[in-house]
Order: sequence, then C-alpha cells, then structure tokens
Amino acid sequence: MPNHKVTEVVLLACGSFNPITNMHLRMFELARDHLHDTGQYNVVKGIISPVGDAYKKKGLIEASHRLEMARLATANSDWITVDDWESLQPEWLETAKVVRDASMRIILRAPGIKREKVTSVRVKSKMINGPQLMLLCGADVLESFAVPNLWKQEDIAEIVGFYGLVCITRSGSDPYKFIQQSDDLWTHHKNIHVVHEWITNEISATHVRRALRRGHSVRYLVPENVIDYIREQRLYSAESERKNSDIVLAPLQRYTRASSSS
Amino acid sequence: MPNHKVTEVVLLACGSFNPITNMHLRMFELARDHLHDTGQYNVVKGIISPVGDAYKKKGLIEASHRLEMARLATANSDWITVDDWESLQPEWLETAKVVRHHYEELHAEDHNKDDVDTVKHGKKRRIDENHSESSRHQKRKDGPQLMLLCGADVLESFAVPNLWKQEDIAEIVGFYGLVCITRSGSDPYKFIQQSDDLWTHHKNIHVVHEWITNEISATHVRRALRRGHSVRYLVPENVIDYIREQRLYSAESERKNSDIVLAPLQRYTRASSSS
Repeated sequence: MPNHKVTEVVLLACGSFNPITNMHLRMFELARDHLHDTGQYNVVKGIISPVGDAYKKKGLIEASHRLEMARLATANSDWITVDDWESLQPEWLETAKVVRDASMRIILRAPGIKREKVTSVRVKSKMINGPQLMLLCGADVLESFAVPNLWKQEDIAEIVGFYGLVCITRSGSDPYKFIQQSDDLWTHHKNIHVVHEWITNEISATHVRRALRRGHSVRYLVPENVIDYIREQRLYSAESERKNSDIVLAPLQRYTRASSSS
Repeated sequence: MPNHKVTEVVLLACGSFNPITNMHLRMFELARDHLHDTGQYNVVKGIISPVGDAYKKKGLIEASHRLEMARLATANSDWITVDDWESLQPEWLETAKVVRHHYEELHAEDHNKDDVDTVKHGKKRRIDENHSESSRHQKRKDGPQLMLLCGADVLESFAVPNLWKQEDIAEIVGFYGLVCITRSGSDPYKFIQQSDDLWTHHKNIHVVHEWITNEISATHVRRALRRGHSVRYLVPENVIDYIREQRLYSAESERKNSDIVLAPLQRYTRASSSS
C-alpha cells in the first residue's frame, strides 16, 4: 500500500458514440489500469456522455438510440455508466461545460457536502474530498485542439489545467509531440496522462456504420446486445449517414460566427 | 440470385489461439462477408483448429485450455465450431495435413464413399498438373470446398526458411484455397506478386481487407494478463472468466518452450541438414 494519498478519479468520456464500440469500452479499461499503475490514483467511476443531436455531425443518429446502445453496452460493467444530461440539452454544449457540470454533480454527491456551501463551480477535489474528474479521450481529440474554431482556448486551458486529461494513443498520432509543441499544453503536461494502447484496437465507429450499411457483420467489434438493438431498430443506413451532411458542425458555426462578427 | 452455381465453402483456421481473441472471431465474419459478396460462394461452416502442444511455441499453454476457451468463445455462434483433432495428435502436424484431414472428413460425410479414395489419389495427380486444375474442385458435385483462413502474417510466413514445405504451400493454395485477412504493415498483394508459386494460384487466394483495424494480438493479450491489466472487450467475457478461474497466463506460462526450437523448424532443419 502506498504511503501517500491516493486520489479518487472519475473518468468522463464525451463523444458521438455513434455507435458505441468495443474500442470505446476498452479506452476506459486502459485508462483505469494506467492510472492505477501509477500508484497515485484510484478510478472509482466511468461516465459515457453522448453528445446531443444539436452537434449536427454528419451521420449522427438520434441521441435516444445512442444512449440506449451505450446503456446496453455497459449493462454488465460495474463501474462504467451512461449520463444523458449532455444529450438532453437543446443546444450544443462545449465539452468544458459538460466537464464542469459533471464535476459539480459528482462533488454535490460527495459525502459531507452541503449544497448551499458550494458557491463556485471551480471546487478543487483536494478541498472537498470528492473524486477528481478527468476527461478521457483518444489522441485524435487532443490533436483536435489545434483545429481552428473547434475549441475555445480558455476551455482547453480549463480542461487540462484544472481537471486533467487521459489520452489514449492511436497509431498515426504522437501525443507527446503534440503536447511538446504547444506552450499551453506543455504548461499542464503533468495533468495529461498519455496511455499507450499496444493492442491495436482502433474500431472506428465510422467504419462500423459503413459495415452495417453494406450488410456486413460487426460481430466481435460491438457488444452483442448493441448489435441486436441496431438490427431491431434498423439504425444506420445510407439515409442515416446523410443526416446533417449539408449543415455545419455546431462548434464551427458558433465560433466562426463569433470570430467573423468581431 | 446469381445464375451461376454457388460454391459451398468451409473455412478452417489453424493457429495457436493462445488465447482466442475477438480478432480471431472477427476474421471468420470478415471472410464470410467477403466470399458472400463475390456472389460465388456460400460459407456454411467455420472451424477453429488449435495447434497441438507439440508445436513447442514459446508461451503456448495446454491445448485443453485453448480448446475450452475457443469453445466458450464460439458457444453463441451458429456457424463457427472448434475441432480438437489436430490438438490431440502426439506429434506436430503440418498445416497441409490438417487441411487434408478436414477435407476428408467433410467429404466422408457424403454418402459416396468413392469420393474419399478418389480424393487421396486425385490430389497427388492434381498437384502435378498445371494451375487450371485448381478450378476443377469448385465444380465438384458433392461436398463443400475447404479454404484455409489466415492472417496476412501467415501468408508471409511462407517465405520463412524451413517453416513450410514448398509442396504443402502448393497444395494449400493450389488445391484448397486461402482466405487471407490483411493487417496493417503487410501487403499480401505484393507478396503474392513476388512469388511465382503463389502468383500461379492467385485466383485461389482471396485477400480480404480489414478496414476496421482490429489487430488484437494474443501476445499482447497475454502480456496484459501477466500484468494484471484488463482485456475486457478484446476477448469474450466467458473466456476472460475462464482465464481467471484457471489462472492461465503468467510469467511462468510465458516461459514455456523458451529453450526449445519450434517443431517445424526442428523437423525441416534436421531434414535439410541430414540430406
């Protein structure tokens, strides 16, 4: 047993989950093992938070289905859960807002916390003895920080500076290099936990949808009960893939408008 | 519905399955979809044939466990099965022998016993003839065609000295057929192109692209298990439970056979050095 204090952690994964795959689920397991191996963290919970329909991503099917598939996929997990708060919001929400809200709800549930005493959103876990929330993502999300108008700089700073990031590598990306090359990220590099996935398991949801459109099997890539649900509900067709194809992604709409009107 | 005759196919996968993973299972699904998409084949069965302990591969645990894990993994599949014949043999068997055995089993199920004898004699004749013979067995009236299912790494292992007998390779690709699942980092087309023997039978080699990168290496799975890491979602749940209950895969199990030469290398190196 380590002498120093072990920080409790909750992992939050935001994303389309369109559909959820074994790779998404594997990310949680990997992240948990990695943090436990450091001896400094104990991961107590995982949260899957599917993005709302207002994100307007091409091919994004209804949140109700994506939630249900995620619930089916985690039915047998004793630590990974699904949260619908983000998907129920009428407008698209920045990830930082989702992280903040989730963190607040975790802290409010922590023992000994009186709601009226929590006046500020930025409550450090060390003060409250609640778990620390970390954003769990793939290396592609980390690298998306560089895409113009996709993220607000202050949101990135908040996520990596205050909360923390657990980033699962994929072949073809070099998160260390990306962190190194960004002064903002480098400042908080101790808060960015890079986890190597040696067992190459890049089950892209895009490819899964393509396979489904073509009547190909996705068995062993996606949990069985999710496959059954997809079949019963007739999700993922050429038609569903065309959804939002003529609409600009919500964050790009929002930030491009903001920058062009300033 | 296509007008031409559809050939029934059985896919046979040989390997260590140490342990079986979702990638192995996925290979079957991919191969079946690919063959069905050509409109020329109907895959009716899949067979997993774990190698015997006499293969002496480093870290290879007992066949009884590997068989049981494969059975658990395919319990819910209506077309993929596990066969223990190869693993029960006292000596290591060349893949071509295993393929031949299963072919004979499939055709012995037919009521025409003459087929079995014809097969034994017919094979030797056919291998000596030119590649056009390879299409003859597709027009066979009874019994499905047996194809070996493997990853691109197996195809490329054909080039490893003393690992395969040339006549076995010729028999497998010339008479039976190969379904080869690509992996990143390998280019099966190039490999086939560069080999005259393989090029001769290239119509019998079905290359299937795995676009959904899913290279769950059993070696890595064993490493994760040794370190107490999770392999959930990479290996079927009931297989994980079995591994835990039976305490398989430790540093000790990985050291098995580490000082022994792999059976085919032993056999062929001895043969070539004594000639």
